[in-house]
Amino acid sequence: MKIIKGKDLVYEYIKFTDEGEAEAKVRAVDGVEIEAEPGDFIAILGHNGSGKSTLAKHLNAILTPTEGTLYVDGKDTRDENSLWQIRQTAGMVFQNPDNQIIGTVVDEDVAFGPENMGVPVEELWKRVEKSLRAVGMWEYRSHSPNKLSGGQKQRIAIAGIVAMQPKCIVLDEPTAMLDPVGRREVIRTVMELNRTQHVTVILITHYMEEAILADRVMVMDSGKVILQGTPREVFSKVEFMREHRLDVPQVTQLAWELKRAGLDLPDGILTTEELADALDAIRGGE
Amino acid sequence: MLKDITLGQYYPADSVIHKLDPRVKLVWTMLFIISLFVFGSISCYIVVTLVLIGLIRVSKVPLKFMMKGLRAIFMLMLITVIFNLFLTPGTPVVQIWKLTITKEGIRTAAFMAIRLVYLIVGSSLMTLTTTPNDLTDGMEKGLRFLKVFRVPVHEIAMMMSIALRFIPILMEETDKIMKAQMARGADFESGGLIKKAKGLVPLLVPLFVSAFRRANDLAMAMEARGYHGGEGRTKLRPLHYESRDRAAYLLMLVYIAVLILVRIAAPVERLLGIAF
Repeated sequence: MKIIKGKDLVYEYIKFTDEGEAEAKVRAVDGVEIEAEPGDFIAILGHNGSGKSTLAKHLNAILTPTEGTLYVDGKDTRDENSLWQIRQTAGMVFQNPDNQIIGTVVDEDVAFGPENMGVPVEELWKRVEKSLRAVGMWEYRSHSPNKLSGGQKQRIAIAGIVAMQPKCIVLDEPTAMLDPVGRREVIRTVMELNRTQHVTVILITHYMEEAILADRVMVMDSGKVILQGTPREVFSKVEFMREHRLDVPQVTQLAWELKRAGLDLPDGILTTEELADALDAIRGGE
Repeated sequence: MLKDITLGQYYPADSVIHKLDPRVKLVWTMLFIISLFVFGSISCYIVVTLVLIGLIRVSKVPLKFMMKGLRAIFMLMLITVIFNLFLTPGTPVVQIWKLTITKEGIRTAAFMAIRLVYLIVGSSLMTLTTTPNDLTDGMEKGLRFLKVFRVPVHEIAMMMSIALRFIPILMEETDKIMKAQMARGADFESGGLIKKAKGLVPLLVPLFVSAFRRANDLAMAMEARGYHGGEGRTKLRPLHYESRDRAAYLLMLVYIAVLILVRIAAPVERLLGIAF
């Protein structure tokens, strides 16, 4: 069964002027289809205001679609009765690490989700230990979150979600406020979870380097999915991405420029190694 | 300047006081504060001082941390002392121009200063040895009986723990905004009281906006993690009394009994031959 199945999703909201009068209806999400199998790693790309965050909030039933349907693990997100089950199935990690940590000590924060679910004490401790170990933060269990780095805080936030044992984790630009080191830490943690525990990952991002790690990339612009496919397929369309004000990874860009200048390179090169190998092959051929 | 307030700042250490049930510490602190005001005599304050020093020693919290809280109330203390010193009627001791310092004034001022200092140190001792979460848990469980009167105990406890968690974050933010405004030529230091207060506007407005934004984010994050009030919630560290907690309650009774006895016997006053 598909873990996420959304059809013709539309989300509209009414924009107000400063005087409080209704100004216009805005379609933040406009006819999106989204599907994910258990264990998938999907990246959603798009620049600011493309509707990617709005879409993400639907997956956790924080927002419900104006039109269309969205099923999370077979449950309709508009059904009030399954609200808590959906939130347990699809955990959500937000952008700002400070604004999603509730506990004043690391382990208490990780326990917050399962506490809400009414998990008994012994099981709580097991879950806290397991999820803190999964993100590599067990040594910090009795620290105050305020004294941790951004990357560490974000890993705590992920542990807090993992402790709820969700089938799917939605990450809404989890690395946007982090430095490069923190960004790597977080992405490595997410990859680990996806590989070893087969948690479905939906990663909203605008870093291309993160998107290339996914199984599938969805590109959004003004509420619509404009391009979809494997990272290689998506990033081989350099011109198309540029038209929509999106970058491609630097290496891909370089390879594309080289190819335009007449070098015989394959499309959609994603890593430095690939480019180096391809260039080597050309030199060897001469 | 803003970082001096230690309230709500947990100091991690391994001591008996840290391990005590928060309800015990809450009741102890309340009683301690009441005792400061009820038992106003030199002998009693000697007992209180000894107890306080003992507790600080046992808590393993450096004295430096306790004193931090005092800096914040220094002005308040100064004003209280000065007012009490000059405005208490009684037998004059010193007279400078129109101001008279009376014997009773000295006594009241000294007692007031002691009370304030001990009050801050005593409550800092509690907040330094108890995690804010424990503290609010203690309040939630200890005051659960108020639910009968429709007091939203869980919600209040939750609000308090969130407030405590965000104090350091907002402090940091205040610092940042202050520096940002200073970089643009804002002046928070010079001028009179009114000018200083006006100077705070460009500090408070962005701070409030950001606090609301944070609150919005946090509410969403809490909902996303399945928060739906206190119903059916379990706790990672459920509270239950142990033998050390019962011992602490017993010690509290001993403390009160000793204070009452000392108040009646008044050994120091008798020795010095002053009225009590």
